[in-house]
Amino acid sequence: MAKVLVIHPERCTACRACELACSMKHYGEFNPSRSRIQVNIFLEEALYIPTTCTQCDQAWCAKICPTNAIVRDQATMAYIVVDDKCVGCKMCVLACPFGSIVLFPEKGKAEKCDHCLSIDGDPECVKFCTPKALEYLDEDNEVRMRQMATALKLKETFKEVTV
Amino acid sequence: MGGWQGQILRVNLTKGTCKKEKLDPKLARAYIGGRGLGTKMLFDEVSPAVDPLSPNNKLIMATGPLTGTNASTGGRYMVITKSPLTGAIACSNSGGYIGAEIKFCGYDLIVFEGRAKSPVYLWLNNDRVEIRPADKVWGKTTHETEDRLKAETHDEAKVCSIGPAGEKLALIASVMNDKHRAAGRSGVGAVMGSKNLKAVVVKGFQSVKVARPKEFMAACRAVVKKLAESPVTGGGLPKYGTPILVNVINAHGFLPTRNFQQGQFEGADKVSGETIADTILLKNKGCFACTIACARVTEVKEGKYKGAGEGPEYESGWALGIATGVSDLAAVTKANYLCNELGMDTIEAGVAVATAMELFEKGYIPQKDIGRPLRFGDGDALVWLIEEMGYRRGFGELVAQGGYRVAEKYGHPELFMGAKKQAFPAYDGRGAQGMALGYATSNRGACHLRGYTISVEVFGIPQKMDPFLTQGKAGVSKLFQDVTAFVDSCGICLFTTFGIGADDIHPMLEHATGAGYTLEECLKIGERIWNMERLFNLKAGLSGKDDTLPPRILKEPIPEGPAKGMVGKLHEMLPEYYKLRGWDASGVPSKAKLKELALG
Repeated sequence: MAKVLVIHPERCTACRACELACSMKHYGEFNPSRSRIQVNIFLEEALYIPTTCTQCDQAWCAKICPTNAIVRDQATMAYIVVDDKCVGCKMCVLACPFGSIVLFPEKGKAEKCDHCLSIDGDPECVKFCTPKALEYLDEDNEVRMRQMATALKLKETFKEVTV
Repeated sequence: MGGWQGQILRVNLTKGTCKKEKLDPKLARAYIGGRGLGTKMLFDEVSPAVDPLSPNNKLIMATGPLTGTNASTGGRYMVITKSPLTGAIACSNSGGYIGAEIKFCGYDLIVFEGRAKSPVYLWLNNDRVEIRPADKVWGKTTHETEDRLKAETHDEAKVCSIGPAGEKLALIASVMNDKHRAAGRSGVGAVMGSKNLKAVVVKGFQSVKVARPKEFMAACRAVVKKLAESPVTGGGLPKYGTPILVNVINAHGFLPTRNFQQGQFEGADKVSGETIADTILLKNKGCFACTIACARVTEVKEGKYKGAGEGPEYESGWALGIATGVSDLAAVTKANYLCNELGMDTIEAGVAVATAMELFEKGYIPQKDIGRPLRFGDGDALVWLIEEMGYRRGFGELVAQGGYRVAEKYGHPELFMGAKKQAFPAYDGRGAQGMALGYATSNRGACHLRGYTISVEVFGIPQKMDPFLTQGKAGVSKLFQDVTAFVDSCGICLFTTFGIGADDIHPMLEHATGAGYTLEECLKIGERIWNMERLFNLKAGLSGKDDTLPPRILKEPIPEGPAKGMVGKLHEMLPEYYKLRGWDASGVPSKAKLKELALG
């Protein structure tokens, strides 16, 4: 079953541990500027919003890639960059409306979140997210949970109205 | 080796030069980083007798080897200098993001020397360095300074700066970073002001490497798990923040009220962590890499004290509220915001106001000197005076020098509640004997972050000890002081120690640096740092005679409540403490001890 990386911005505390964990996992060094997940901090508004690749069903980065270097990993359903095929043309960078795929000059290849190709365990960023602003969930369960959350709110409203 | 970036930046403000130097690996190994390494460098380069506000004093911003890593809370930086408030060593510790950003520029420490001819700020743009004019932001609040300098450099740059208080050399001035985080104590902001250094602006894109990544991450994950499972670091702190202590300490009867005239505050519940969570709290927030997230992001939505920011933290809310007898949470919060924006230590500011209030109520300060009545519990007077202090206007000019100077000027230095001219924090030493000893012996003057015996005396971490008894407190104080020096030097937050011990921190340090540290050695380094700070103070002219407390704490019993009748029994603990430290009866480290610590 496909898994999704669920982001709950309202739970995020802006500690950026996810950025550190991501850069360590993929580069072996701590460097937030190389993290595939970024915490966008709006200090004044007390809003901290992590953003990363949403693994679009119709992925523009994959569609536009002239060498078919961006493919879907069948186990996790995450889009990954095949280094051997990527020529660093940056078409994907231009195509992604979310800025979720970038080119790292040292490698000359595109880089993006691949959910750490985790099947059983959590991706590295999720492991370090204590407030659970990031969760790695089964897609179907996540949808069902959101339906239930909406239903619970409605239930409270109905109670207030009927009483 | 990893953890350290291996590079120091030396900025000479008199000459306008910036020089990159190699970090001496032997020195780093022996003093770890942050507080330890910064103090060692200050001691080696500056005479402890130096006038703190002269160009000969230096100001060091130091990170630790765990700063900028996944070690939980690994984002700390410290400001080390000789304090103009106490005349002793100063090391003020802050979170936020700037510490990690300094590492991402490739530096472990920044040393500031001399004095610029006119106001400047330092712009660390990854591997480039620039000293730029700061005339446009001179006189501005820390918040406005941060916004303007980000606009001038990089949107996501991290900034630390001084406010008007630091510019005007107020002895209680702080260095603020990321708007709401403070290197608060001992007047480090005044030293920055004396150098005409308004701000440091930082943006880096470099990596922090560790020696053994796999082992390091496993150690970090184990710590994150322990912190999440602890009722303090995983429960109370994220939910209610540090102000959860208001009701706890009040119930114990040693919540210092109205300049330590009482041990319980009838308005405690109005300024408690629970009330803050129910009323003004928007969200809890973490500093860099912090999985605890105790910061309070707050907003006072309406009324004359409308505003937004962070805080009040426990110590800040206590000093500005309970010590002054003010139970109006909106006024206390406003005073806290003002301290942050004008760049003043909240503890020192609150206690200074409380000192002035007692002196006024007792008739020692004439109303004409103040310009208005200044009574305990008057929130309007508090907010008014804090602003006057921040800009050093009128009566505020004196009060911004701290409570000691106020009490001394009006002929009653005994009414200043502090040690070594630095104000007490939010625990009455009469009710918690370990804190009494800690305040008297702290190298930077009265402080709760140098040996937090409340951990054993209230929380029972790692084991419970009766707060009213003196037995065993000398040993606990010494141990906590040494462990704290070690923790600070690593670059992580002391709050981790509510959930983990030195034996959890040691693996992170060792796998980060690969330097071959043993746990025993880590504690020895803590002791080395403590003794080095002591030597600095002795050479600066302090002595064992300064290891004392005001007569109110030593002689006047707490008048009511659970701690009724208690006084600070320093004489029962101090000789034992000196002995355990290997110091002589006058508080001077023995030759044998210095040799043992490689300080002789």
